[in-house]
Amino acid sequence: MTKIEKTFKKLKQQNKKALIPYIMAGDPSLEATKKFVAEMEEAGADIIELGVPFSDPLADGPTIQRAGERAMKQGVTLRKTLSLVEGIRQTTQIPLILMTYYNPVFKYGIKAFVSEAVRAGVDGVIIPDLIPDEAGDFIRIAKKHKLDTIFLLAPTSTEDRVRKVAKASMGFIYYVSITGITGARLSVDDSMKNTLSLIKKVAEKPVAVGFGISNPEEAAVVSALAEGVIIGSAIVRQIAEGKDIKNFIKTIREAI
Amino acid sequence: MNKKIKKLPDSKGHFNGYGGRFVPETLMPALIELEQAYKKCKKDKGFLSELDLLQRTYIGRPTPLYFARMLTENLGGAKIYLKREDLCHTGAHKINNALAQALLAKKMGKTRLIAETGAGQHGVATATGAALVGLECEIYMGSEDMRRQSLNVFRMRLLGAKVTEVTTGSKTLKDAISESLRDWTTNVRNTHYILGTVFGPHPYPRMVRDFQSVIGIEARKQILKAEKKLPDCLIACVGGGSNSIGLFYAFLTSHVSPLMSYVRMIGVEAGGQGIESGLHAARFAGGSLGVFQGCKSYLLQDDDGNVLTTHSVSAGLDYASVGPEHCYMRDLKRIEYTYATDDEAMNAFELLSRTEGIIPALESAHAIAETVKVAPAMPKDSIIIVNLSGRGDKDVQEAARIKGITL
Repeated sequence: MTKIEKTFKKLKQQNKKALIPYIMAGDPSLEATKKFVAEMEEAGADIIELGVPFSDPLADGPTIQRAGERAMKQGVTLRKTLSLVEGIRQTTQIPLILMTYYNPVFKYGIKAFVSEAVRAGVDGVIIPDLIPDEAGDFIRIAKKHKLDTIFLLAPTSTEDRVRKVAKASMGFIYYVSITGITGARLSVDDSMKNTLSLIKKVAEKPVAVGFGISNPEEAAVVSALAEGVIIGSAIVRQIAEGKDIKNFIKTIREAI
Repeated sequence: MNKKIKKLPDSKGHFNGYGGRFVPETLMPALIELEQAYKKCKKDKGFLSELDLLQRTYIGRPTPLYFARMLTENLGGAKIYLKREDLCHTGAHKINNALAQALLAKKMGKTRLIAETGAGQHGVATATGAALVGLECEIYMGSEDMRRQSLNVFRMRLLGAKVTEVTTGSKTLKDAISESLRDWTTNVRNTHYILGTVFGPHPYPRMVRDFQSVIGIEARKQILKAEKKLPDCLIACVGGGSNSIGLFYAFLTSHVSPLMSYVRMIGVEAGGQGIESGLHAARFAGGSLGVFQGCKSYLLQDDDGNVLTTHSVSAGLDYASVGPEHCYMRDLKRIEYTYATDDEAMNAFELLSRTEGIIPALESAHAIAETVKVAPAMPKDSIIIVNLSGRGDKDVQEAARIKGITL
């Protein structure tokens, strides 16, 4: 059982939902990211998602895109993000997930990336522009190294897609709550409820919901429908404004 | 080389490892829906005859194949023919694809069209298609391109489209494509994205190629009628690669004569200020394999996999990647790829204007620049067909600015 699977299992036994905050590695600096990870864990995060800055983040909205631009200005790359994880691993064992676009991984070399990510202490990888249909090599190599490959489903997903993606997804299934980019407004509608219940029907895997969740009320609504809640843009915005993220995470923790 | 090369892409949209679908999951149902709708339309007599009628009566097809006598005499070698896509309605080959996709979108019951545009020609073509079939239209365009192509921005607005400025990244075509993909991800239920070139996720590279292949089908008939033989060489510029595939596709498996070699084909990328300067958009000369905006292909990128900014005097060639079918054709050595620099393109732009009275688009001027290099060395009875992908009206202001002339 992987660390991510263990986390969901433990939370289930405690009748709790997973809180998964996202921050951009290197925004505003790699040192700050290390500090934020510690603060988020202290505030009650269960799993942490680290964004890898990329020049053309087409699944992200302006908040995360700008965070990526700030990190890139600091010279942060996939390679440096892996070193950061290595550093973080000296102080905490909280499950860490990288969210990166496919090209940096492809350029790094899938084999080299997977083995070095695992060695650094990465537990799972989310690649929004890599669908299972194109991920054969990546899935095979990741499986060998016990790295969780987390794939995305959306309200538009057909039954056929739900089956395919649920099967390929390891650790948990990432349900994108909106048809849109990160940071857009959440709407809990029938297509969300239908897709979530379809996922439950075809896969015995935890589902975490992300995209568009920006406050404790929305987190509460979503957490009732899934095993985990992912919050990105709202935290990234707090960091950009120089606000304390600890309290924000705490309020979400209490809400779910 | 055999008929097999025309059978690709496969069902996953792969051209021997290039292409595919690298998009957010949210778009997958739309891509599958589009693929099925396209398959159906290709066999739908009603759709095909409507498209055929519009091609003839609205776009102005077939476009002429013009023997450029003055240019031929000037260069003193092969006979040069120009395939006059610049005479299409709206002034470029882009209308062939945009109008066909607009019809397809209407058949699919979509109410809104979006598109990205670099030089503005695809934006104008999409806005035209939207106006004709009666759909709402929004065009994304980088702010740098809006400056370079202000005339086309005005044309799109006249045609009733909303033009949205993209200020992220390099503020050019690639950023406009990212914005279009984001819009599509958000509004996928009622919106069709008219991608303007043989790029992006499957089925676009195939569908756009098919809609553009009318160029080569016509050129083939026309040259056989005029010269009783096939051309020795075809030349076209390559940005995303739609006008070049459009011309080349009908000749891919053609021999010049039964015993002779294949029809030679040359694709011309934007060499900008030279490959060593780093300011160019020559993906084959200066790029490496990567995955970008839905597609595995050659890409201008750094060692970390971040996409590099590009440069070309021509907004339409200023793109970091290239259609996946071109990568495959390059591997097969079926199409040769080279580049022309900004200076060479500007010289060709003036040369064609003066010798033939035809002001080419700066994109097409890259193809003319290559013709200037290869034609003189070829025998006088040999034939070159150059795809004149668009007319230069849109580039006149920018050309004047480069020459330091205030209009």
